[in-house]
Amino acid sequence: MMDGTDKVTRGFADAETTEQSIRNFTINFGPQHPAAHGVLRLVMELDGEIVERCDPHIGLLHRGTEKLMESRTYLQNLPYFDRLDYVGTMNQEHAWCLAIEKLTGTAVPRRAQIIRVLYCEIGRILNHLLNVTTQAMDVGALTPPLWGFEERESLMIFYERACGARLHAAYFRPGGVHQDLPEKLIDDIDAWADKFPKRLDDIDELLTENRIFKQRNVDIGIVTEQDIQDWAFSGVMVRGSGLAWDLRRAQPYECYDEFDFQIPVGKNGDCYDRYLVRMEEMRQSTKIIRKACAMLKMDENKGDVMTRGKLSPPKRNDMKTSMEALIHHFKLYTEGFHVPEGEVYAAVEAPKGEFGVYLVSDGTNKPYRAKIRAPGYAHLQAMDHLCKGHMLADASAVLGSLDVVFGEIDR
Amino acid sequence: MADAMNELGAYIEAKRTDCVLSWSVNDLGELTMEVALSNLPGLVDWMRTDRTCQFSTLIDITAVDHPGRAKRFDVVYHFLSMYQNHRIRLRAQVREEDMIPSITDSHPSANWFEREVYDMFGLLFSGHPDLRRLLTDYGFRGHPLRKDFPTTGYTEVRYDDELKRVVYEPVKLTQEYRQFDFLSPWEGAKYVLPGDEKAADKAEAK
Repeated sequence: MMDGTDKVTRGFADAETTEQSIRNFTINFGPQHPAAHGVLRLVMELDGEIVERCDPHIGLLHRGTEKLMESRTYLQNLPYFDRLDYVGTMNQEHAWCLAIEKLTGTAVPRRAQIIRVLYCEIGRILNHLLNVTTQAMDVGALTPPLWGFEERESLMIFYERACGARLHAAYFRPGGVHQDLPEKLIDDIDAWADKFPKRLDDIDELLTENRIFKQRNVDIGIVTEQDIQDWAFSGVMVRGSGLAWDLRRAQPYECYDEFDFQIPVGKNGDCYDRYLVRMEEMRQSTKIIRKACAMLKMDENKGDVMTRGKLSPPKRNDMKTSMEALIHHFKLYTEGFHVPEGEVYAAVEAPKGEFGVYLVSDGTNKPYRAKIRAPGYAHLQAMDHLCKGHMLADASAVLGSLDVVFGEIDR
Repeated sequence: MADAMNELGAYIEAKRTDCVLSWSVNDLGELTMEVALSNLPGLVDWMRTDRTCQFSTLIDITAVDHPGRAKRFDVVYHFLSMYQNHRIRLRAQVREEDMIPSITDSHPSANWFEREVYDMFGLLFSGHPDLRRLLTDYGFRGHPLRKDFPTTGYTEVRYDDELKRVVYEPVKLTQEYRQFDFLSPWEGAKYVLPGDEKAADKAEAK
């Protein structure tokens, strides 16, 4: 060397102390991080910028929903479902209503079924708009969320006009929906669905061929068919990898079998394909919404929106004249209705995947045990598997495309 | 639907007689199987690969607490086959101190579901790679979804301005937690209504 010695040093090994020897670096991602989509704490072990291990710590939003449900009546439990995944709220109420209706053997009137389908699809668009645009924000795009939230706003007004609340709807009830939709609202939803594809095209133009967006998403977080089985994926996580699995088609509930829609599938199963699937699903949902609006306007689909019986309150008019109706109303909202003894698992295709309720009833007015199966819970636990070997910056892209909301994961 | 489920139930029982204790299909067409705890991982693994079953997606693992029973808990597994488009429910009865064999080998997704059951019910799984608490607080004690755990819990937290940190304290309620019980006394509620205790005494005195 320059000083005459022939010792060759590599790196800074000559001055190295034990402190400096190379070791993996452990960082905390969250719980307060804008890309953590809520209150996720990820403990990550990094080798340079490569993720070696990723351990999600969840439960920071745990509210003990399942415990609380055991001491409340079936109807009182319904609003808890809005507070799980607070993005697509009505889809989850739907699962709860289906579980109760299955156990009690209640048939839902046709008009209520169509309204449910209509609002489930609105919920799906609400969810996908949020996910697609915030995931774009996670990888650096700022405009899509602004445009997407504009549309979400008008959808939430439709929520509000149907039930009075923008998020926590409590609109689906066992036996139907709470109230009928006004004529004008159906027209407005129809008009909105008419111009929404244009807005979707705008977002599409911003993102789909965007060089940065593609660099951050293509070939990131690839899900194979084996992964789907191993990690219990459902919903878009399955469809992004080429399996056309959709509960609306495979195990139809409500009147989904009457609607004509296609199931978009991806090819490579990466974050980018999942984005494309979500975009296409929004277009398909718009189609269902238009069909549902048209069906609601038909004369044969007019009528009651609740099965009149033990599960539902009597009409206001009856209560003024009939003593029995008044007693029924009082007992329904204090004691609640009784569900026959038995157990049931009811699942719906929520925007995020399979959302299910396992309900054990002991014949009283309260559920003996209700287990909520949230799709995000299964998806998030695959974080370690999906992130291993990726760069740190990709972790937020993967997390964004998993579509997690902590209300449902922590419960 | 129910016919196909009956067929499937008979098929599994015939193939795996050692695992299946009994099975039934309820009115809703759901196949439920009572299984022996020790043979569970073998059955689950076989069900995953068998061409007729192909129950390759684990939907859920949960437990149900029945405090009155000797075998206090039901552990309930739900499986789905995306290929055959059917579902199954497995149920095993366990004692409080029993070790449940983990199925994480054949279904890696069982990891968190088993951790949650451990967290919420205190049931232990043998062979689980990382059986830590999942949903409750760091250092939490007790198992909340057991029927004998109070809904209010035992501790509460607040930020202490003098200590400059969050402190844990025993729960203090200004009013007792209100558990409304509206079960109709005419339809056989098995308890004495508040205020009726004396009436019962009087009736006995006569």
